[in-house]
Amino acid sequence: MGHIRVTGLGKAYKQYPSRWSRLAEWLIPFSRLRHNRHWVLKDLTFEIPAGQAVGIVGVNGAGKSTLLKMITGTSRQTCGTIELTGRVAALLELGMGFHPDFTGRQNAVMAGQLLGMQLEEINALMSQIESFAEIGAAIDHPVRTYSSGMQMRLAFSVATARRPDILIVDEALSVGDAYFQHKSFERIRSFREAGTTLLIVSHDRSAIQSICDTAILLDGGRLAMHDRPEAVMDYYNALLAEREGQIVRQEMLGGGHVQTVSGTGEAGIVRVRLLDESERLIEAAEVGQPVVLAVDVEVRQDIERLVLGFMIKDRLGQPMYGINTHRQNQALENLRAGERINYRFAFVMGLGKGNYSVALSLSRLDSHLDRNFEWRDFGLVFHVINNRREDFVGCSWLNAQTTISRHTEVGHVEHTP
Amino acid sequence: MLLSLYRSLRSYRGFILGSVQREFQARYRNSLFGALWPIFNPLSMIIVYTVIFSHIMRARLPGVADGMAYSIYLCAGLLAWGLFSEITLRSQNMFLDNANLLKKISFPRICLPVIVLINAGINFAIIISLFLGFLLITGRWPGIALLALIPLIALQMMFCAGLGMVLGVLNVFFRDVGQLFGICLQFWFWLTPIVYPITILPEWLQSLLRFNPLTNLIASYQNVFLYGQWPAWSSLLPAFMIGAVFCAIGLRLFRQRVGEMVDEL
Repeated sequence: MGHIRVTGLGKAYKQYPSRWSRLAEWLIPFSRLRHNRHWVLKDLTFEIPAGQAVGIVGVNGAGKSTLLKMITGTSRQTCGTIELTGRVAALLELGMGFHPDFTGRQNAVMAGQLLGMQLEEINALMSQIESFAEIGAAIDHPVRTYSSGMQMRLAFSVATARRPDILIVDEALSVGDAYFQHKSFERIRSFREAGTTLLIVSHDRSAIQSICDTAILLDGGRLAMHDRPEAVMDYYNALLAEREGQIVRQEMLGGGHVQTVSGTGEAGIVRVRLLDESERLIEAAEVGQPVVLAVDVEVRQDIERLVLGFMIKDRLGQPMYGINTHRQNQALENLRAGERINYRFAFVMGLGKGNYSVALSLSRLDSHLDRNFEWRDFGLVFHVINNRREDFVGCSWLNAQTTISRHTEVGHVEHTP
Repeated sequence: MLLSLYRSLRSYRGFILGSVQREFQARYRNSLFGALWPIFNPLSMIIVYTVIFSHIMRARLPGVADGMAYSIYLCAGLLAWGLFSEITLRSQNMFLDNANLLKKISFPRICLPVIVLINAGINFAIIISLFLGFLLITGRWPGIALLALIPLIALQMMFCAGLGMVLGVLNVFFRDVGQLFGICLQFWFWLTPIVYPITILPEWLQSLLRFNPLTNLIASYQNVFLYGQWPAWSSLLPAFMIGAVFCAIGLRLFRQRVGEMVDEL
């Protein structure tokens, strides 16, 4: 249960040149087709095994919602097939069909019935819905008196009252306050552990990378990439910055990493190194060790302003630390072709043990979306090991200094380690 | 295909019954008298027609001296017409009115016409029982011929459902249909012997009105209520045939266009 197979899927909207031509097409037998097809999705083929979490990314208008609508069944495909096993639940339009004059409880019943549940089933789930929504006595008040957050809470609780085999989540929907967001996310996570297939639409890189097993990139209605989330997100970022004359290329590095390089190329990164205190090249750094990230940049054409930024990411691609010379007020100006620049970022390795990668960007301003000379993911991969410090948990080394005092009734004895 | 429609209806019976119930609740929710309103409305209609036509205007059916006869004739026709216009008017807007639901949530679309039919059926049942109560009180109980109402109502429901489905689907693609049918309904009403008995018309016009499938259908209602007469079943055959054709076209249209419909809403 929960398997999705999409083959040759396409969706086109009919466009008629005038209002009358549809009538003509309907009424005149054997008449030629009088409409143009406007394709919003074309030739989509992919397969999602049961229990996987898949992120769907793409710019607005890439066809993400259309794809989801066809998978949930509200919209019908023009060609191709979608095979699903199991029950699908969609968290796309929470609170749809809530009637303001009815109480929360009545609306919960109605929403459940819209999902195909029978009254007895909903009644059996009601106490669970109530306790998850945590809206208290308001459950018996009319929905028109609810805040939008309360409506969301109730709608989410109903929609996820039963564990579906396939859950479709539009991340744009933020469910209530921070507390409830955590809670709803926890529920989604627990569904996933129980074997629910997840489809998530999101623009949030870290959300996709922390939950998803794979990601699908839609570009102009076509499937541009279906791969590991990091690789897809890197490519997506590069696509975002892509403009006339930009190149995007991806190379396989050792260890299954895909390096994505894009940009217009007026300046380029020649060498990236991680050095220790005595300027020796290292691949692994100790927690707390002073290190230097050395980046050599080559200017190929005259440019007025240059900003170098780097970002250290963990193995899931979550950003750990990033900074650029613009933010440090050290942007360079009026650069001539042929110049070489050596950047040295010195810092103490404050990360926990694990694998990290460094992404780099050369741009004109703070963001690479303005002018992107070069964007390079996986410019460097390094490890952090912990042989010298106490074995702590987590990704930041905060170097806690501990003071403990014990008190007894007689007096107190202070003890400092 | 019919089997799969039936299956999806069955699995969504909770939604259908819930929607019917909610529609009634929603209509009278914030009113003090609540459930009494659906009774007051038809009751006032019966009283108004009885008082105005039989007592004030002294309208008489030709050949019947009784003053009550005309108001019973009128009420019978209006009740049947009410069922017809309620179903068709609601059906033609059922997809448009539920556009939001259709666009966002996946559920069997065939539920919508079924909800319309059940709702109209319940409204009709309320009115009919009031009317029967009125007949009982005034001593004009039609007797055993009332059983003829069951096939009559079934036939009319089928006719209305088919026509309503055709209108409902077409109205999504051509919004003119809704406007046009509103006008048609006006003419249709006066071209059906409801307010007047068909016998007052000239011969040629009478035979022309026989082409109106509702003429014989409504005449059957009038005969049952007024004279306790069984309908002439063969006279209802055209209505049955036309209704069946509407149903066939309606189902075909629905099946072909239900997917495309969402794109047009």
